[in-house]
Amino acid sequence: MVYLLFFYFSIVVIGLAYKVITARNPVHGVLTMLALFFHMAGFYLLLNAEFLAAVQIIVYCGAILVLYLFVLFLVDIKSEVKTGPFIKKGVKLAILSSVLLLLAFLRGVKNFTLGPHGHFTIARVKEMTHTKAIGQEVFTTYILPFEIAGLILLVAVIGGLALAKKETGGEEG
Amino acid sequence: MEILWILLKIVIVFAVLMVHVMYATYFERKVIGHMQVRMGPMRVGPHGILQPIADGLKLFFKEDVIPEQADKGVFYAAPLICLISALSAVAVVPFFKGFAIANINIGLLYIFAMSSLAAYGVVLAGWSSNSKYPFLGGLRSSAQVISYEIAMGLSLVGVMMMAGSLNLTDIVMAQSKSAFKVYLIPQFIGFFVFVIAMFAETNRTPFDLPEAESELVAGYCTEYSGMRFALFFMAEYIGMIVMSCVGVVCFLGGWNGPFDVPGIPFFWFILKVYLFIFLYYWVRATLPRYRYDQLMALGWKVLIPLALFNIVLTGTIKSIVG
Repeated sequence: MVYLLFFYFSIVVIGLAYKVITARNPVHGVLTMLALFFHMAGFYLLLNAEFLAAVQIIVYCGAILVLYLFVLFLVDIKSEVKTGPFIKKGVKLAILSSVLLLLAFLRGVKNFTLGPHGHFTIARVKEMTHTKAIGQEVFTTYILPFEIAGLILLVAVIGGLALAKKETGGEEG
Repeated sequence: MEILWILLKIVIVFAVLMVHVMYATYFERKVIGHMQVRMGPMRVGPHGILQPIADGLKLFFKEDVIPEQADKGVFYAAPLICLISALSAVAVVPFFKGFAIANINIGLLYIFAMSSLAAYGVVLAGWSSNSKYPFLGGLRSSAQVISYEIAMGLSLVGVMMMAGSLNLTDIVMAQSKSAFKVYLIPQFIGFFVFVIAMFAETNRTPFDLPEAESELVAGYCTEYSGMRFALFFMAEYIGMIVMSCVGVVCFLGGWNGPFDVPGIPFFWFILKVYLFIFLYYWVRATLPRYRYDQLMALGWKVLIPLALFNIVLTGTIKSIVG
C-alpha cells in the first residue's frame, strides 16, 4: 500500500513538474504547481512527517503561491501565451548543463542511506508526535542554523520594507 | 470495517452539515430581519421555514451562464476549490467526545491549510471571469486572506502552548483540566484577535471587501450564476461554521458544558457554534464596512503585534507558573 502510494506520488509529481515548465499560460503553471505541492505533502505524510506536510501546504500553497498569482495577475497573460522560448540558440548548452546537473544529482544520491537516522526511530517519532520531535531538534541540536536562517529572513524583510517605502514614500499619514 | 465506519461518519457529518448550512441562511435572514424591525422570510411555509428549500430549487434550475472570454477550466474549478477546501476542514472537528472523522495530531494546522486553500477559489474565480469587478474582488481577497491568516495563526499559538498539542481533541481535554475550564479567560487577547481574524478570513461584514456590493457589484462571484454561485454561497457558510467550530474547540471548551445533557453529547458544541454564528449575523446587521487601507492597517499594525505580545505573555506566565 505504501509503495503503491509512493509510486503514485512520484509519477504524478514528475508529470506535474513537466506540466509546470511547459504550460504556456503562467496562471495554469502556478495551478499545476499547487497540485504538485499537494503531492509533495503526500510524500511527507508517507515519511510520518505530518508537521512538515501541513507546513508545506500552509506556507507554499497558502502564502507563496498566492503571492505568485498576485504577481502574475499584473502580467499581460495574452501576450505571454504567444511569446517564444527565451533562449533560441543555446540548445546544446542547455543539454550539456542538464546532463552535468543530472550527474551531480546521481553523485549525491549515492550518499543517501536508507532507514531512520540518529536516535529518532519511527516508533519514537510516532509516540512523541512529529511536531514535538521536530520542535525539539530544531531548538536544541540545530539552534544555530535555525537562528542564522531567521537572521537571513529578517534581512529580507527589512530589505522588502525599504524597497516598498521608497516607492510609496510619503503616502501614509 | 474501519473504512466503512469512516465512510459512514463522513456521510452523517456531510448530511447534517448541509442541513445546517441551509438553515444558517434562513437563520441569518430572520436574525437580520428582526434586528431591522422586519419579519424576514414569511411566505414559504409557516414563518418561511421552507424558504431555504425554495431558494435551493431556484438556484438549481437557473441557467448556468459562462462569460465568453472566461478561462473555462479555471472558471469551472474555482467554486469547487472553495467548496472542497471548506468541507475538508470539517473532517478534523471533534463534535463530541471521541467523534471526529479524522482525529489527527496536526488538526489545527490542517484547518489552517484548508482555510488558506479556500482563498484560491476566490482569487481564481475573480481572475478567470475575465471581468473587472470580479478581478478586483479576487485581488482584494487574496491580500486580505494572507494578511489575516497570519494574525489568526498567531492568535491560536497561545492555545497551542497552553494545551501542548495541535490535536483538537487534546485541546478540548486540556481545557477541561485547566483552572478556568475554558481558554477564553486566560487567552482573552488571543480570543479577541481570533474573533476579528475569523470575520476577515470568512470575508464577512465588516471585512466583506472582496464582495462589497456597493463598489464591486457582487465581487469575485459576479459572473457566476445558478448552481455555481450556490457552491460559493455554501462554501462561505461552511467556512463560517468551520471557523466557529475552531473558536468553540480552542476557546470555549468544545463539547464540555456546565452540566451533561443526557442523550445529546453534541448539545453544548452545537449551542456554542450557533452563538458564534449569531455573532456573525449580529455584526453584519450592526457594523458598517471597513475601508481597504483601514483593513490592512488593523491587520498588520494592531492584530499581529497583539497576537505576538500574547505569545510572549503566555510563554512568560507558563514558564513562571510551571
